[in-house]
Amino acid sequence: MKIHVDMEKCQHYGQCVFEAEDVFSLGDDGKLIYKVDVDDSRRADVESAVDVCPMQAITVE
Amino acid sequence: MKVLIVGAGLAGLRTAESLRGAGFAGEITLVGDEPYFPYNRPPLSKDALANGLEIADLEFKRRESVADVTWIFDDSATSTDYQQRGVLLKSGRLESFDVLVAATGIRPRTLNVPGAEKSKFSLRNFAEAQELRTSMLGVQRIVIVGAGFIGCEIAATARKLGIDVAVVAADPEPMFRPLGAEFGHAMKHRHEAHGVSFHMNAKIAGYLGGESATGVSLESGEEILGDLLIEAIGSLPNTEWLAGGSLDLKDGVLVDSSMRATAPSDVSIYAVGDVARYAFDLFDTTPRRIEHWNLPTETGRRAGKSIAHFLHTGEVLAESVNFVPSFWSDQYEDNLQSFGMPGIADSINVVEGDLMGDCVVEYLRGNKVVGVVGVNTSAKLAPYRKSFQETN
Ligand SMILES: Cc1cc2nc3c(=O)[nH]c(=O)nc-3n(C[C@H](O)[C@H](O)[C@H](O)COP(=O)(O)OP(=O)(O)OC[C@H]3O[C@@H](n4cnc5c(N)ncnc54)[C@H](O)[C@@H]3O)c2cc1C
Ligand code: SF4
Repeated sequence: MKIHVDMEKCQHYGQCVFEAEDVFSLGDDGKLIYKVDVDDSRRADVESAVDVCPMQAITVE
Repeated sequence: MKVLIVGAGLAGLRTAESLRGAGFAGEITLVGDEPYFPYNRPPLSKDALANGLEIADLEFKRRESVADVTWIFDDSATSTDYQQRGVLLKSGRLESFDVLVAATGIRPRTLNVPGAEKSKFSLRNFAEAQELRTSMLGVQRIVIVGAGFIGCEIAATARKLGIDVAVVAADPEPMFRPLGAEFGHAMKHRHEAHGVSFHMNAKIAGYLGGESATGVSLESGEEILGDLLIEAIGSLPNTEWLAGGSLDLKDGVLVDSSMRATAPSDVSIYAVGDVARYAFDLFDTTPRRIEHWNLPTETGRRAGKSIAHFLHTGEVLAESVNFVPSFWSDQYEDNLQSFGMPGIADSINVVEGDLMGDCVVEYLRGNKVVGVVGVNTSAKLAPYRKSFQETN
């Protein structure tokens, strides 16, 4: 699956990180880093990350 | 088998999605008194108030699994018949249920003082945000009663729009109850630096103005005047429609760790989101009603799973409440974020930076860290959240 984060919306809260640490992380500068191409086996956790994002900035294809 | 969810907000939506996720294939009906699908409320005091967002920008994405649920909009639950298992709606329609979920959230509290009948603004839903924005754009100075998160966020947004702001509140410091005196005091300075004037420890004698309130008078005789008045003094849970049964409705709906409000032998009633009160097992055994955005999702997920489990096995799901309350707040350029329960702490420890700038602050009860709050330090807070789940 393909992940997209709208960086205009993202406020770097890192709530998504707790749901799928292998996909989302906050860098040393506090900014969000995420993987674009993720194996389908991770779908459930990535969808959880979509749910918990306060800015509703994450979309999955 | 029919699950009726009353309240079409975030918690209601997450409950429906979780039911489907847990394999529940029966009927789901959601009743909401607003004309919209569930939408995101936090921007209402921030972006949407500043920039006038459309409802389409705020609506949550709904999972495909809930495409078959029945939505009833613009109608509200008025009473519950526990014997016949039905909820009466304002339109006169009666909705039956096998399982009932209360997801009706809260409404703003109002102050009962002379002049209380004057029209005032409050902020809980999209309609109110639109009204407030339209009216605010035409005025020079607003008076905000209440210095909690909502009051402070409206203050910050108004300053961004170039509007003068006076905040009047009974508490000694802004955000006093959730964040304590020291942090609240520092937040007050941040707001003052942006031109907000505060009247704290205020005893409000009445509201001033004509048909619309435009200011307040204090017991000290002082008058604080503006062009319009916003009340942001806390909330009341929407539980009146549940009266008449055996539920504990003292402050929201008391539920167990499966979000269930009734005994297993009794009719199946659950509550989720802002309206639910329960013990946060990671911290202590006192049931609390906490209005943080991550909890409608946590409680909705738990309720969906519990209901499916109960219907399948006839037993109540026995899982402790392992949710870590978490909130954020944007005021000016500052991002405030919190994990845990800073509101129950008795002391604080600034572990990084200082309260006037970017910082990480531990909240302790005795010698135990029960919460952490940061300003512009999100990345540094993550280990705390994990430690709450691991060590408590
Ligand atoms: C302006 C604002 C800013 C916020 N900012 C933040 C923030 O920055 N960070 C944070 O952590 N949290 C914030 N919150 C809190 C967060 O939005 C709430 O915790 C969350 O919306 C609660 O979701 P809920 O589904 O429990 O309730 P709601 O979203 O309130 O949904 C309940 C729904 O039920 C409807 N309803 C009520 N009674 C009835 C009835 N009898 N019949 C039918 N329908 C009924 C209501 O109209 C509403 O649509 C903010 C809230 C507001 C209002
Ligand atoms: S939760 Fe949302 S806003 Fe926060 S870092 Fe992740 S994508 Fe950005």
